[in-house]
Amino acid sequence: MRALGRLGRNQRGVLGGLVVAVMLAAGTLAPLIAPYSYSTQSLLKRLQGPSAAHWLGTDGFGRDLLTRVIWGSRVSLEIGFLATSLSLVVGTLLGGAAAYAGGRADTAIMRVADMFMAIPALFLILVVVALFGSGLVNTALVIGLVTWAHVARVVRAECLSLAARDFVDAARALGAGHPRILGRHLLVNALPVIVVQATLLLGQTILIESGLSYLGLGAQPPLPSWGNMIVEGRQFLASAWWVATFPGVAIFVTVLGFNLFGDGLRDALDPRLRAGN
Amino acid sequence: MARYVAKRCAYAVLMLFGVSLILFAIMRLAPGGPEAVLIGGEFSPDVAAEVRARLGLDRPLLAQYASWVLAATRGDLGRSFKTGDPVATLVLDRLGPTLQLTGGALVLALSVALPLGVLAAVRRNTVWDALASSVSLFGVSFPSFWLGIMLILLFSQTLGLLPPSGLSEYGREGDLGARLRHAVLPTLTLALIQMASFMRFTRSSVLEVLEQDYVRTARAKGVPDRRVIWHHALRNALIPVVTVVGLSLPVLVGGAVLTETVFAWPGIGRLAVGAVFERDYPVIMGVNLMVSTVVIGANLLTDLAYCAIDPRISYR
Repeated sequence: MRALGRLGRNQRGVLGGLVVAVMLAAGTLAPLIAPYSYSTQSLLKRLQGPSAAHWLGTDGFGRDLLTRVIWGSRVSLEIGFLATSLSLVVGTLLGGAAAYAGGRADTAIMRVADMFMAIPALFLILVVVALFGSGLVNTALVIGLVTWAHVARVVRAECLSLAARDFVDAARALGAGHPRILGRHLLVNALPVIVVQATLLLGQTILIESGLSYLGLGAQPPLPSWGNMIVEGRQFLASAWWVATFPGVAIFVTVLGFNLFGDGLRDALDPRLRAGN
Repeated sequence: MARYVAKRCAYAVLMLFGVSLILFAIMRLAPGGPEAVLIGGEFSPDVAAEVRARLGLDRPLLAQYASWVLAATRGDLGRSFKTGDPVATLVLDRLGPTLQLTGGALVLALSVALPLGVLAAVRRNTVWDALASSVSLFGVSFPSFWLGIMLILLFSQTLGLLPPSGLSEYGREGDLGARLRHAVLPTLTLALIQMASFMRFTRSSVLEVLEQDYVRTARAKGVPDRRVIWHHALRNALIPVVTVVGLSLPVLVGGAVLTETVFAWPGIGRLAVGAVFERDYPVIMGVNLMVSTVVIGANLLTDLAYCAIDPRISYR
């Protein structure tokens, strides 16, 4: 509760939380709040600038951009949440296990993590998505499985510091088994760090997904994703700036919201981690 | 020192071996193969089998991997399935423009981020601090490809100041001025994204060092503020910043994939994108191995750079 109170007093954190909430609501309620159909084309309405009828204008097929931005949030957030969840589960389990087991298991897990971190994530994701197919679930799985290494490193470091504390010795002395010590004592106490990682990672996964969509490997048309809307808008850059601009603003605002919220959460949950304070 | 370097080099080689194994496994586990792309249209299973045999893909996986590793140790990364060109030549040809782009972005990002990060720490809670915080927060939230497109919209389409794409104009490849003009927008795009994290770390690192006893002692002895900050504080504060620079290399090189695509920059990122769409396995392996070598090599240099910055760090 005290952490919530601290978060409530952090203006930037609250602003980020609000942005995240609005985007989540937009994605969830897309079928209800989107003013038009995201796929109905109208050549008579193509490339119209922002107006009262079409707040963000229309694209090259005459489709309402606001509608497509709202539906695009659904795609981005779906992939973002799925990929982040997977990355967190794999990273937390492996990072926690590496810290707790130590020795060869620790070395083996962290060397594999090093290998994943040595290949630039986008290169690896590009290879896997292009070869295995680019459906929503596939894309989310791949992003999650490629970004676990960073989570594992952070969780391992936190668990290592926790493992040296007296309450872990006390639990062991009371006869707690390995799964109980790892699950109930180490990972539960590492939760603040994991939650902050999750929030920041969500922003990153949304950026990666939009990049993949830009390369033609994300959501496939006519399903709108912010990345593929920017690609479509690129060809009209000279005559219709709004087509490529607004989906990018949506990505920027969403990722900024997650980053602000993540920073706020970090300050609220663990004052030791405050950046530069 | 020599023992440490040898140990780190051996580790780097092991890492590369692991990376190649991961990539090989991913490519061979994927459904389908390069024959559909190479033949195009409809084809019979016999034709597909013939193409696979010609490419050596009908051999046992272990044999394929072993011969690839053996050849790679001699610097032979195979030939492109599509063009038949040696992969090593293809990759090295494209490495130059990518290193120019990422190197330029790194220098630009550091030359803005370091002074602004120090300024934000020294003048904490002032307008400079707010500016640095905003830049760093905004920087990590921009999609790089969109930022590139917006820069094209502003500087090429609207103001007509800079060219929107390519390495240089056709026929003027040797003209340094033309090449520099073409490099401005992609370098700026990549640098703006990186600037953010460098600035954030410089600020927090300098803030931490300014609290240390030796800084207080230097001030008590009457050492001028400028010298305290640039000589005593920054040098010590640089260690975590160097770590972040080393760790940011995969992000920087990864970002080059999108930046090169937006600006039609003929670097390794565009080669990778083309190769994965064409299922050109040798090129995919070659590109990723080269990129990983650059990243692992740079991380090794980062570790060695600690000694130059902080003589207290010893190698064991």
